[in-house]
Amino acid sequence: MLRARFLIPLAVFAVVVGILGVGLTLDPREVPSPLINKSAPPFNLPQLAQPDKTISQKDMLGKVWLLNVWASWCVSCREEHATILELARSGVVPVLGLNYKDERADGLAWLARLGNPYQISAYDRDGRIGIDYGVYGVPETYVIDKAGVIRYKRIGAVTPEVVRDKILPLVKELNGNA
Amino acid sequence: MRKLLALLFGLILAGSVLAKEAPPAVSDPALEKRTMALAEELRCLVCQNQTIADSHAELAIDLKNQIREKLKAGMSEEQILQFMVARYGDFVLYKPPVKATTVPLWFGPFALLFAALAGLFYYLLRRRRSAAPQPLSEAEQARVQALLDSPEERR
Repeated sequence: MLRARFLIPLAVFAVVVGILGVGLTLDPREVPSPLINKSAPPFNLPQLAQPDKTISQKDMLGKVWLLNVWASWCVSCREEHATILELARSGVVPVLGLNYKDERADGLAWLARLGNPYQISAYDRDGRIGIDYGVYGVPETYVIDKAGVIRYKRIGAVTPEVVRDKILPLVKELNGNA
Repeated sequence: MRKLLALLFGLILAGSVLAKEAPPAVSDPALEKRTMALAEELRCLVCQNQTIADSHAELAIDLKNQIREKLKAGMSEEQILQFMVARYGDFVLYKPPVKATTVPLWFGPFALLFAALAGLFYYLLRRRRSAAPQPLSEAEQARVQALLDSPEERR
């Protein structure tokens, strides 16, 4: 009885360590998006490369596609750039860009220097469409299905692991089911 | 030296004059008050531990502008909060709504308090029971008497 009583603090300590340990593995920046399984917010924006032409999410209906929010000032975008580039070149899924709060010239120069993975980049100068998509930290990447519904959102840089474990299986599934 | 002082004085004066002449950030104080009241309730997702009102992150400024615009357009506070939640989730609200996923958040502290009170009550009850006065045995009685009879021994 007495011995069991002395073990109580140890048990409490173990529980606290357990809870904090789980907390360490969580990323507080990963806020669950309410947009999953909702229709992609509509936009009709000028294209980055051709300001006189526009691009809308409607143009992609019937396709499974990726929307990648990027900016030339964003460091993590550079980090994920090679991965996005490789994914786009594989031709598995069309990738569209949303150039977020950027200068047009800077954005174009960035693509010219590092390579352009995007079929088209929409130009969101004032970040308004970004707000509609719940963007709060660039880069963010959305997988949108044939019906225009957001099925997955990645906050932060896309890594080869994310492509392999999340994006590719999902794209395959979405293409197969419909 | 005098010139320098004069220059310095002039600069300070110029600064204060400029500060006064800076155009007011808002043309409509009532609107600004409502905007800020609403911004106080929204979390800045970039900095996470600040409200949009406190934050100078670019996104927070954009969101404040959106709030202002929407208020101007006649949207109610409730509608604007819904607009934000639709985009950023309940996490943007500093006062999250009570629902299944937020029940531990709302009632967890009360449950802990209740458990602590119950524990304390149980402990006190047990202590009182174990500390109930017990009659002294005969030997103890004799010792007490002996001590009382010879007070100088204790000195």
